[in-house]
Amino acid sequence: MNKYNTGRSVESPSSGAGTSVISVQDLTKRFGDFTAVDAISFEVNKGEIFGFLGANGAGKTTAMRMLCGLSLPTSGKATVSGFDVYRQTEEIKKNIGYMSQKFSLYEDLTVKENIRFYAGIYGKTDAFIKEKTEKVLNELHLQSEARKLVKSLPLGWKQKLAFSVAVFHEPHIVFLDEPTGGVDPVTRREFWNMIYHAADSGITIFVTTHYMDEAEYCHRVSIMVDGKIEALDTPSNLKKTHEAKSMDEVFLKLARKATRND
Amino acid sequence: MQAVTVDHISMFYGSKKNRIQALHGVSFAVAEGELFGIIGPDGAGKTSLFRILTTLLLATEGSETVNGFDVIKDFKEIRKRVGYMPGRFSLYQDLTVAENLEFFATIFNTSIEENYDLVKEIYSQIEPFKDRRTGKLSGGMKQKLALSCALIHRPSVLFLDEPTTGVDAVSRKEFWEMLKRLNQQGITILVSTPYMDEASLCDRVALIQAGKILSVNTPQGIRGAFGKPLLAIRSTDMLRLLNAIRKYDEAEDCYPFGEYHHVVMKSHFNEEKLRKYLQQQSFEPLEINPVQPDIEDCFIALMSSISERV
Repeated sequence: MNKYNTGRSVESPSSGAGTSVISVQDLTKRFGDFTAVDAISFEVNKGEIFGFLGANGAGKTTAMRMLCGLSLPTSGKATVSGFDVYRQTEEIKKNIGYMSQKFSLYEDLTVKENIRFYAGIYGKTDAFIKEKTEKVLNELHLQSEARKLVKSLPLGWKQKLAFSVAVFHEPHIVFLDEPTGGVDPVTRREFWNMIYHAADSGITIFVTTHYMDEAEYCHRVSIMVDGKIEALDTPSNLKKTHEAKSMDEVFLKLARKATRND
Repeated sequence: MQAVTVDHISMFYGSKKNRIQALHGVSFAVAEGELFGIIGPDGAGKTSLFRILTTLLLATEGSETVNGFDVIKDFKEIRKRVGYMPGRFSLYQDLTVAENLEFFATIFNTSIEENYDLVKEIYSQIEPFKDRRTGKLSGGMKQKLALSCALIHRPSVLFLDEPTTGVDAVSRKEFWEMLKRLNQQGITILVSTPYMDEASLCDRVALIQAGKILSVNTPQGIRGAFGKPLLAIRSTDMLRLLNAIRKYDEAEDCYPFGEYHHVVMKSHFNEEKLRKYLQQQSFEPLEINPVQPDIEDCFIALMSSISERV
């Protein structure tokens, strides 16, 4: 173990064995003769912040879609929250949250309506929704905006609201696909603060990002190159192994090897 | 001569009742041959600014010139001389790669052959796919084609709106190397980006947030103006460390920065005192290093100084 535990919580949960919530073995996806995801294997532990990095076209989105139960693998095994990615895709969808910069909230619904809508889809009771909506609005200081259309909110607020909505139904795992794209540096950090707190409460975070400083905030980071996982370790160990000063350097060293033109 | 001048422009959208102000009295100038960055998050006003300067949108207030031409009176002259690559991909998806490039060359009364040397480096990478429909290209290839189309009439000023957004670190690096080479051929470039680390690749930058310019300077100049001691601190349990530092009197601001926390200190702080304070709370091992501010540190400081003024 490195002298400095760069993980943000007391003990990086990655050290605990037998608590894996995502388990992937030789997972593969082919489209015709193109292998988008090439026999990847890894485990993600409960409460872990797991960074899923890779160049554009490396296969991240395809892998993530399989783990979210949206796309059937060609071969290999994977379970998410204990459910099989071939047979139990509906169970998976019920137990995960998902958020991306591109798809999150309905702009022409109000803040409250968005919460109501998503919570309803996940089958939450009215009582649960009512009580938790108040809590979430308080935490986000959005009480006075509750009846405003989402499109009238500044981007940073939208992103934070989108995250709260993605974890509203208390999923075991939340998948975040470039959640902080385009937001200002202060909001970006506030957003990560929300991620830490969610992870602290036991929600596992699976996150992709193009900001390499954010890779440092993850407990462990995997880097995909040409459909394969080329590296997987804590940020500090990755830097040590690749004799790099920063995660940016690690990423450049590995991703430069790519032969695929996205 | 200045390639671009922007003088107190404001931009309002929406009806009288429901007005949104996208730009608040923005002013700056870009010299000929400069590589000028406009750096800020989404919603800062970058796209409005570019649309105004490329004569696609009228500012509510203020005046602007491009190549010495007024954006209102001489908009036709400006359109001949600028290249514009919008943030959203806007080529014809149902034309092939070659057809798109030819189309843009033709409307500017030129030909691909005439300016091939300028786009060669970029276009040659997608030329093997020249008969493919643009809609079927990957993101990276679309971007190269869009840049080729923006360059094919040999513009004197090139506007690139967020060319690297959502692009991975390797492709971003390559894109900037390409920009440098175009810039060396004498083209003035205005490029916008939400990535603060790209500031150091520009000759000068304007930092922009919520429609207001926070600073216009060289990257070194912006860093030099930070004006306060900055520390990088790390230990075990970074979340607890963050909270502990935020309670410390001589710390003005503290936020995560990669594997460290960056801490903005009051001018006459005492490092030993801080070290003792943290050691008493059993942060061991503890690393405290004075560091030079990054553009992102400067942006954060400028953002908070503005919100304090409001």
